[in-house]
Amino acid sequence: MSTERNLLSGNEAVALGAMHAGCALGVGYPGTPSTEILENYSKLGGKAQWSPNEKVAAEVGIGVAFSGTRTLVTMKHVGLNVAADPFFTVAYTGVTGGMVMAVADDPGMASSQNEQDSRNYARAAGVPMLEPADSQEAYEMTKLAFELSERWNIPVLLRLCTRVCHSKTIVVPGDSTDVPQANYERNIQQRVMIPGYARPAHKALRNKLVEMEAWNNTAGPNPIFGDSTKLGIITNGVSALHTLEAAPDAKVLKLGMVYPLPMKAILDFIGSVDDCIVIEEGDPFIQTEVQAAGGKVRPRLERYRFGELDVVRVKRIIANDNSEEPAPPRGKPPQLCDGCPHGASFGILKKLGCIVTGDIGCYTLSVLPPYETMDTCVCMGASIGIGLGMRHVLPEEQARKVVSVIGDGTFMHSGLTGVADMVCNRPETGHVIVILDNGTTAMTGLQEHPGTGKKLDHLPSGKTVSLEATCEAMGVDKVVIVDPQREMDEFERAMKEAMASNDLTVVIARRPCILAIVRDAKFERGETVR
Amino acid sequence: MDKVVNVKFAGLGGQGILTCTDILGRVVFDMGNDVKKAEVHGMSQRGGAITSDLRYGEKVFSPMIPVGEADFLVVLGEDQIEPNQHHLKAGGILVKPSDFDAEKLENKRTLNIALLGALSRHMGFSVDQWLGAVRQQLPERLHAVNEKAFYLGRGE
Repeated sequence: MSTERNLLSGNEAVALGAMHAGCALGVGYPGTPSTEILENYSKLGGKAQWSPNEKVAAEVGIGVAFSGTRTLVTMKHVGLNVAADPFFTVAYTGVTGGMVMAVADDPGMASSQNEQDSRNYARAAGVPMLEPADSQEAYEMTKLAFELSERWNIPVLLRLCTRVCHSKTIVVPGDSTDVPQANYERNIQQRVMIPGYARPAHKALRNKLVEMEAWNNTAGPNPIFGDSTKLGIITNGVSALHTLEAAPDAKVLKLGMVYPLPMKAILDFIGSVDDCIVIEEGDPFIQTEVQAAGGKVRPRLERYRFGELDVVRVKRIIANDNSEEPAPPRGKPPQLCDGCPHGASFGILKKLGCIVTGDIGCYTLSVLPPYETMDTCVCMGASIGIGLGMRHVLPEEQARKVVSVIGDGTFMHSGLTGVADMVCNRPETGHVIVILDNGTTAMTGLQEHPGTGKKLDHLPSGKTVSLEATCEAMGVDKVVIVDPQREMDEFERAMKEAMASNDLTVVIARRPCILAIVRDAKFERGETVR
Repeated sequence: MDKVVNVKFAGLGGQGILTCTDILGRVVFDMGNDVKKAEVHGMSQRGGAITSDLRYGEKVFSPMIPVGEADFLVVLGEDQIEPNQHHLKAGGILVKPSDFDAEKLENKRTLNIALLGALSRHMGFSVDQWLGAVRQQLPERLHAVNEKAFYLGRGE
């Protein structure tokens, strides 16, 4: 056992835990705050890849786990929406090798479009969930998650949040494990979910959850701090750390496995104190479950569902303080970099008065001044479908102004099926898609994707998935490629023509991200890059 | 908990906030302290306002400094004082670029290290501890210019 101290982020700790657990393949899709897990796993020598989206990543992970060895799948919270289809059914099939899905929530939305609480997915799918509070726990629970996954042959969710992912705390690592070589053993009834095989699988899943709850009651990672008989606090994750600081005299039950909840241990805890409250970030998940099981807890005020918790807010929750909270002074909002090629593109879209259905990436910043050029932004890839819906119903004059704007990385993630829909269900006025191709996944920190021709470690993949060839092959009428900074006239002319015609046009505004140019030069010089 | 020291850094993405937090983190980590460092990055890296929290002591719980409990507030621009002043506790120390002659910096990008120099006058660590951490966190070609910046900020 090592006693070496390290100061690691939660993401680095998960990567190290996966290495020490003998994980065979790390696979995911970049998304703040989860991105650095796989980047660090790769730097530590682990085999890691970015898949085009979270659904594919989860499926690749399932393939590894069906082959009898261990896999780590990473994504941000909204990524689990994309991966939800395989996720719900792999709960039925179960796994042979350990499968850990690290999912990072973003309470307070530092860099996300919603603050959904992934614990609801654990309950909805019937998949166990561990939740670390700091980097030491992130390391240990990653290893524990692999063990539980193999013990019960079920994928395990590791719920992280922004503060755990990006905070650095001390980690003393433990031992490494060797895991068996991958080996395929046929088990058709377990892995082919036709109804006849899925019905018993559903019952088997529910039986596993009963067993896991019993384990969690007696052996789960749920320590109790303090011995007050007055105030008891049930808490989880980083909220537990705020709580231990805010209420040093309370008795605290810190839940490390938040699904299935150790309900007997929780009810015993409630019985040991006069007054009990649940302190949790996000939805009242634990509170609702405890109340449904007959546990008496003081309900949390609704205002604390929103945003991150901290020591001050935890004190307010305990005091049942429903007074207005002071609004923090607004700092300078982020903006497109000086010289960013997206700026030139949005200049043209603004000039032409386009109705821009937008998408997720740096270019979402065009919604802010000085551009204010984006009309919608819902989720990855939504620009195309939403644009098509508008084209189908708006009066012609407005319909012709609708333009779907999507980045190259987001296009690879979930734009392709939108193009297929456009070709199949063609609006009368045609449609225009602008792909802002800066040759990288810039927003999350310059990750590669199938269109860059490079792998996670920035080395060549051998093949580049071509945006223009793909669009042409799918049946788009016209593909135009322009440099948004050096060919502004051509760009504007192409847009006017496309909007006036009934063609299906894809305009590729191609110019590399200025940050990626700097990063690639560093990489060529052999310097350390993310 | 009384012994936890809270240092908050505030500035804009790209100014080197995370680097100087890492350097202070290294100094106090090497002394055997419990250390927690919290920051939010992502969208904010595109020139937006960011803050970074460094807490150390015998035992640190929350990674985030409670509002009004920062012992030190280090700002990378005078315009960051107003939006962050409320983090500082009564009697806490504000460290800002006007504490020294920032015009004398050889390279403007070393302002963050000069601010660490200014901060170092208020903290008990030796210059060797600080510069050792600077050398560990920065590539060798940047050592000399950043050491000069550190001394400029420190006023030596």
